[in-house]
Amino acid sequence: MEDLKAYLIEHPFLQGFSQHHLELIVGCAKNVRFDTGEFIFKEGQEANEFYLIRHGKVALEMYAAEKGHITIQTISEGDVLGWSWLIPPYNWQFDARAVEITRAIALDGKCLRDKCEHDHDLGFELLKRFSNIVSQRLESTRLQLLDVYGN
Amino acid sequence: MIAEAMQPMASRPFRIDRFWKETYDTFSMELMPLDGHTFSFEPGQFNMLYVWGAGEVPISISGNPTKNHILTHTVRAVGSVTKFMANLKKNDIVGVRGPYGVPWPVAEAHGHDIVIICGGIGLAPLRPALYYILHHREKFGKILMLYGARTPDDMLYVKELEQWRGRFDMHVSVTVDRADASWRGNVGVVTSLMPRFHFDREMTIALVCGPEIMMRYTLLELSKRGIMEENLYLSMERNMKCGIGVCGHCQFRHFFICKDGPVFRYDRIKHLMLRREL
Ligand SMILES: Cc1cc2nc3c(=O)[nH]c(=O)nc-3n(C[C@H](O)[C@H](O)[C@H](O)COP(=O)(O)OP(=O)(O)OC[C@H]3O[C@@H](n4cnc5c(N)ncnc54)[C@H](O)[C@@H]3O)c2cc1C
Ligand code: FES
Repeated sequence: MEDLKAYLIEHPFLQGFSQHHLELIVGCAKNVRFDTGEFIFKEGQEANEFYLIRHGKVALEMYAAEKGHITIQTISEGDVLGWSWLIPPYNWQFDARAVEITRAIALDGKCLRDKCEHDHDLGFELLKRFSNIVSQRLESTRLQLLDVYGN
Repeated sequence: MIAEAMQPMASRPFRIDRFWKETYDTFSMELMPLDGHTFSFEPGQFNMLYVWGAGEVPISISGNPTKNHILTHTVRAVGSVTKFMANLKKNDIVGVRGPYGVPWPVAEAHGHDIVIICGGIGLAPLRPALYYILHHREKFGKILMLYGARTPDDMLYVKELEQWRGRFDMHVSVTVDRADASWRGNVGVVTSLMPRFHFDREMTIALVCGPEIMMRYTLLELSKRGIMEENLYLSMERNMKCGIGVCGHCQFRHFFICKDGPVFRYDRIKHLMLRREL
């Protein structure tokens, strides 16, 4: 637990959380490891976790019958993977697959959702941070769609 | 020299000594002056390249500024002149005027950490800056290079990128916008690489080159991440005719990109970058 807490305090995503909130978050955290090629989640499955990546690389993929797996984005050390746990109906919208051996901290979304219901300050802090990530990803996706390097 | 000053629009003939494809739509050429003089330039400067029968276009110098016996250009074939150029071959003659323009502030950056961020063909004008920096490696702190391309097949200078990536004294990260499952590198726009690095607010100087929209987001992100705006530099592109501040084709409000740029300090043109028509 102490080890997890030390890492969580350092992670950019969690910086600025109060001691009390960090304790609540650590209570929902565990260490995980994925092998190269392993699926972390698949589109349509229930989304009950998110991940703070410690090492490695994860590809967010979509599967299209005629094109196979298409990588939309990769996520690496220091990044956050997954926000579907926060937004109903809590289902993953993409596949996530470890491109290399990946170590991460998994945060239990159900556990956190419960805690957020009881502690709205915690919920608000988490929402603020996730909306930042969502908006950055949206901006990135728009730039990708614009095909800026090609024109 | 006097003759040159009197004929500012006259090209010097150069012979293509080497010509090779970098990607399916991009090629590089090494040019040798036919008049026997050498050619010196500073990183970030460009030449007006004239192809007889096709026209003249501004192209950055992409070679090594410490080797002034070779003049290298990398060109993406996009329109009438550059597509014509793509069909040239060894020993063909090209007219060269230049070097023109304000260079990257590499000498002023001594003692700083350097961040180079480029997208697409934007790596070409930054390559001479990187050659300079690596040639004077001891004069700089940390060196970070982030490069974004459209797909793995669009990546320029792949062998060199691999060599730079293998060095212990710099960090290189590459990303592509689109890839199939065989690509094991990063996917996402170049700004998505930035959160992985810490930038020292006062120590870091950033050099940015790519399509204007990519630079806009990159510069915003860099200043959000604390780098001072007076330490951010970018290279702008505009259509050019004379290259020497006479014709007004490259006007960017009160600046002429050809002589006040192409390299600008971000805080000096930030207010212009969001204007739609200038
Ligand atoms: C300072 C400077 C340095 C440059 N360095 C390089 C370089 O190192 N390598 C390289 O491949 N290109 C470089 N360019 C861009 C290059 O000049 C243009 O791609 C070229 O002029 C297009 O000419 P064209 O006749 O082939 O295309 P055109 O037939 O004129 O046009 C083809 C397309 O390109 C667009 N276009 C035309 N001219 C420009 C321009 N100057 N800038 C942006 N878009 C343009 C047109 O709107 C059109 O969509 C540089 C431009 C500048 C201003
Ligand atoms: S190209 Fe003529 S003024 Fe700049």
